[in-house]
Amino acid sequence: MSQTKPYRVSHLDALEAESIFVMREVMAEFERPVLLFSGGKDSIVMLRLAEKAFAPARVPFPVMHVDTGHNFPEVLEYRDSRVAELGLNLVIASVQEAIDSGTVRELPDGTRNRIQTPVLLAAVEKYRFDALFGGARRDEEKARAKERMFSFRDEFGQWDPKNQRPELWSLYNGRHHPGESIRVFPLSNWTELDVWHYIAKEQIPLPSIYYAHEREVVERAGMFYAVNEFIVPKAGETVETRMVRYRTVGDASQTAAVLSEADTVDKVIDEVAATRITERGATRGDDKVSEAAMEDRKREGYF
Amino acid sequence: MSQAVVEPEAAPARQMDLLRFATAGSVDDGKSTLIGRLLFDTKSLFSDQLEAVEAVSAARGDEYTNLALLTDGLRAEREQGITIDVAYRYFATPRRKFIIADTPGHIQYTRNMVTGASTADLALILVDARKGLVEQSRRHAFLTSLLRVPHLVLCVNKMDLVGWDKAVYDKIADEFTSFAAKLDITDLTIIPVSALEGDNIATRSEKSPWYEGPSLLHHLEHVHIASDRNLVDVRFPVQYVIRPQSTTVTDYRGYAGQVASGVLKPGDDVLVLPSGLTSKIAAIDTADGPVDEAFPPMSVTVRLTDEIDISRGDMICRPHNAPAVAQDVEAMICWMDETAPLRVGTKYTIKHTTRTARAVVRGLQYRLDVNTLHRDEGAPELGLNEIGRVRLRTTIPLLADEYRRNRTTGGFILIDESTNRTVGAGMIIEAS
Repeated sequence: MSQTKPYRVSHLDALEAESIFVMREVMAEFERPVLLFSGGKDSIVMLRLAEKAFAPARVPFPVMHVDTGHNFPEVLEYRDSRVAELGLNLVIASVQEAIDSGTVRELPDGTRNRIQTPVLLAAVEKYRFDALFGGARRDEEKARAKERMFSFRDEFGQWDPKNQRPELWSLYNGRHHPGESIRVFPLSNWTELDVWHYIAKEQIPLPSIYYAHEREVVERAGMFYAVNEFIVPKAGETVETRMVRYRTVGDASQTAAVLSEADTVDKVIDEVAATRITERGATRGDDKVSEAAMEDRKREGYF
Repeated sequence: MSQAVVEPEAAPARQMDLLRFATAGSVDDGKSTLIGRLLFDTKSLFSDQLEAVEAVSAARGDEYTNLALLTDGLRAEREQGITIDVAYRYFATPRRKFIIADTPGHIQYTRNMVTGASTADLALILVDARKGLVEQSRRHAFLTSLLRVPHLVLCVNKMDLVGWDKAVYDKIADEFTSFAAKLDITDLTIIPVSALEGDNIATRSEKSPWYEGPSLLHHLEHVHIASDRNLVDVRFPVQYVIRPQSTTVTDYRGYAGQVASGVLKPGDDVLVLPSGLTSKIAAIDTADGPVDEAFPPMSVTVRLTDEIDISRGDMICRPHNAPAVAQDVEAMICWMDETAPLRVGTKYTIKHTTRTARAVVRGLQYRLDVNTLHRDEGAPELGLNEIGRVRLRTTIPLLADEYRRNRTTGGFILIDESTNRTVGAGMIIEAS
């Protein structure tokens, strides 16, 4: 055989191939997979990978949005147009509905990240999903750095970090008893920068709030929150118009913007490459509660 | 699409490749400091991460910022001051993206080292220059060779504490080289470093004029990994059959999978196992269009010219280069379960490539002492973190190669049938 060709594979191609492999494994071995789709950039990339994994067939599983009710309108619009474009079935697990029907109770501080978990678990039970794709990456957070690609959850959706299945080669063990499930993280080995390089390479459209735009914001603990129906300026806070963009998109009452002039994908890549602060550290009020905030939430069944 | 959606302009694809490496060593060897240094010197460490570590360090009363806390992510680990699990870290230079599988070095964590090494292109072992080689260094080197990690780097750390004495380095290097010669280690690089002071990490240090090799980062960036892939033996385990239920795409039947080894091209004659039927490759599809050839680690969809019955777990290979179709398998097995040992006569689920079967343990030839390499032929069982040579019989044939020739078609896992836990990792020596 001729060995003159280098048979080069770029890091993005290798990451894509791994993610596609993982998605196909799940489709082959589980009965009811679902992909968590929030309209955030990581879930958008994950959905693109699903589209590529099964082409020319359609994405063979539904998508689910655990909707806190605190949304950015641009993101909801994106979610709905993408779902329609791919002809997908969208399941909405609504925190607002759960509050209205009394199955969960609104927290005194009005944040809804923590009460997302029971709503997610109720939907898993209702639809009997056995594999849930999530867009979490290991570079995001310390607890995530130690979670498996296939993360086993008991019948309460709980993660037990001390009792994880060893993951060797590309042999993923998805076996589970009825009622148990597996959270699958196809983007485990991607970094924020990889995600942006992939968005550029694949020319994936994104909700506009990921790019720099002018917005009325208030500054709280060094973070810039958009003034909207969920963030009302308190006494003593000044509302300013600044050029900002969102690095992450979560609950609109909890997610802060960053000051940015990056209004194109290349500028965002340059900005992300130069930044000295993690995306969750820069934008998520909910992760700052305690040093082990994410670990605790995962133990309760959160993604 | 509407105003709410922004279409990015085209950007040039970055031509970086990917290197996965596993690190082994204990906190005392300065492994966490070394990883912290690599992240810091490649600007991959973020200020909020560093601040968090500084705050925890101060609260615990550490005398210096304890970079080990960067990798010890879990509450239980911080409370007990130990590392429980494999942590994955990421950094990149303009040439390469790196994935670090950071494995704790303590003896009970052979399981973690094996896990981290299974996907690694390179293993990095640390020793403390003051202490020289310890039992653990030999164990890590052995596991590296058992898992067939193609490249090994030994960092002789804390050279600052021995005054950059060349004789100290030479003694350790000689001893390690002669030990490695007894193992199946193909590529060994030994580098004197000070992780704490950053010498020979990102750039070569002036403190070691006698050392003529590369800095650690330079080596990681340049070590040649493209040839580590097996491009000779065509092995395409079928993962999933794509048959669109659609009015626009009709009669499509594609076999989706990731190329384990070899190069596939349209027009190639192929043999499908276990059926033994032959056909030709009609096309190799991806979502971006058909390709002229597919090689590892590409995920593609293969179409054949003949309609033959193929399903998940089958293997596409070449008529004159095929794996064994085997129900009797001899393998080295690393046992990973603390709740029950491997015993002769027990049945497990075996997962090998995309094929799942049942297997019964027919015999345990010996248990290997990973420190002395002594073979205990009277061992009745394999406990947690023990390694031994085992004979298995499977319910259906595996399509298997020797692990030393093919890490993908030569590796398997055993799963406990009642608990569903992954209990063993196997490397095939012989299949018939």
